[in-house]
Amino acid sequence: MKTLELKRVSATAAPAPGVREQATVSKYIDTTSCIGCKACEVACQEWNDLPAETTVQLGTYQTLPELTPNLWNLIRFNELDHDGALRWLMRKDQCMHCGDPGCLKACPAPGAIVQYMNGIVDFNQEACIGCGYCMTGCPFNIPKLNQKTQRVYKCTLCSDRVSVGLEPACIKACPTGCLQFGTKTQMLDLAGKRVAQLKGQGFEHAAVYDPPGVGGTGVVTVLAYGDQPELYALPKDPTIPLAVRIWKTPLKWLGSLAMTFGVVGTVLHYLRYGAKKAEE
Amino acid sequence: MSGRILRYTLHERLIHWVAGFAFVYLLVSGLAFYSPRLYWLVNPLGGGQTARAWHPWAGVLFTAVCVWMYRIWRGDMAISEQDRAWRKAIGRYVRNQDKDLPPAGRFNAGQKYFFWLMFWGGFLLLASGAVLWFPERIPWSLRSLRYAAVLIHVSAALATIGGFIIHVYMGTAVVRGGFTSIVRGEVTREWARAHHPLWLNEKE
Ligand code: HEM
Ligand code: SF4
Repeated sequence: MKTLELKRVSATAAPAPGVREQATVSKYIDTTSCIGCKACEVACQEWNDLPAETTVQLGTYQTLPELTPNLWNLIRFNELDHDGALRWLMRKDQCMHCGDPGCLKACPAPGAIVQYMNGIVDFNQEACIGCGYCMTGCPFNIPKLNQKTQRVYKCTLCSDRVSVGLEPACIKACPTGCLQFGTKTQMLDLAGKRVAQLKGQGFEHAAVYDPPGVGGTGVVTVLAYGDQPELYALPKDPTIPLAVRIWKTPLKWLGSLAMTFGVVGTVLHYLRYGAKKAEE
Repeated sequence: MSGRILRYTLHERLIHWVAGFAFVYLLVSGLAFYSPRLYWLVNPLGGGQTARAWHPWAGVLFTAVCVWMYRIWRGDMAISEQDRAWRKAIGRYVRNQDKDLPPAGRFNAGQKYFFWLMFWGGFLLLASGAVLWFPERIPWSLRSLRYAAVLIHVSAALATIGGFIIHVYMGTAVVRGGFTSIVRGEVTREWARAHHPLWLNEKE
């Protein structure tokens, strides 16, 4: 692991050791110029040497209903009847690389989930215990448990490629240029321009999807119907689930305090009152 | 009038200790997942993956034993009028002024409440634990089940752990002879008269 690039480490009380200054990186996904060719799906499988999944007939072009432990990149298809015109919505679904990752917050295994200085959220399967807490912490339904290995898997944002200056495999494979990769600032810039263009073409609700509730995402998505992200199977205002926040902060601290006081209380009680006498 | 009388049959002692060891395993492995500061607890258990794999099975064993205990102790654990009076006067029990308390039967009210805490706690832990066990089987549309499960599991674990701390403390340090009775099964008449007089009357 790239120690000097670790910004956050799961289940670790000590501060993370990262010191390198790195710009936050991001993917750019323009759903409006995606043609649904799935070159990115294939490139992801190939680069990561993942076994092919048996596809399911869903009545659309979508490969599978959801991501799986071996499918980290899925083009989601949706048909929209918009004022009598058919709109075919396609969105590349994968890990969003949240600024404030719910998976990492939920994870109980030290070092099983890390966030690098450049914003990439990565799973370290060696330390993963397969509890699936990350699946509960994620607001996007991304991490998937492999039954056989009992570890979770998801998109790595090609951290291996990015660390040697290459762009992610999916980006490389995209024939239309609807996928781009660069610093987050660059990608937001690009997305802003595209949204302005779309608005000019009559998509008045076109918007950039970069939800602040999860600290922004390492995937900047352009949506023609930006006011209805659900059409693209995206949550409207995602946050780390409230239950997970309660569980991991107040409940953890209160519980730890209560257990400590419980033990200390018995000691104090013994010092004050001692044992009961059988003969009185 | 001295001599020893049987307080717990071999069957009862065995069941108690299966529950005890299962609970301690659940406590240790569960706390490791609960707090990063306690994750080192997985080391004596064979590591995180092993503890993750066995914790739910120990839980199934624990709940099964709770049901078994219910079968053999249900009658003894029924809460009576006297127990309610005992509960109101619990301050005296805490201050070791046992003479001023309503007399206890085979189990005093504190022990009974502890039993019911573990019984219902075990039930809640099994139900919520089952959801935590197979998170991938819970469809995304039902994810609120997962949220409820973590909160219920942790809360119920904390409640049972609280009871457990008091239980172990009372049974070993405060009520001397209690620990021996659940290991060897026997107590002295004096012990029974001091702690469980109504039970002693029944026996004689
Ligand atoms: C009765 C059946 C039980 C089942 C099926 C069960 C199952 C689980 C599962 C699946 C987890 C998630 C971590 C893991 O996969 O190992 C878990 C966590 C946990 N369990 Fe249990 N468990 C049971 C009983 C108990 C009991 C009796 C205790 C009390 C000592 C307990 C305490 C905990 C704690 C403290 C956690 C960690 C919660 C957190 O991460 O904050 N469990 N349990
Ligand atoms: S399944 Fe693995 S990565 Fe996910 S929370 Fe559990 S230990 Fe962490």
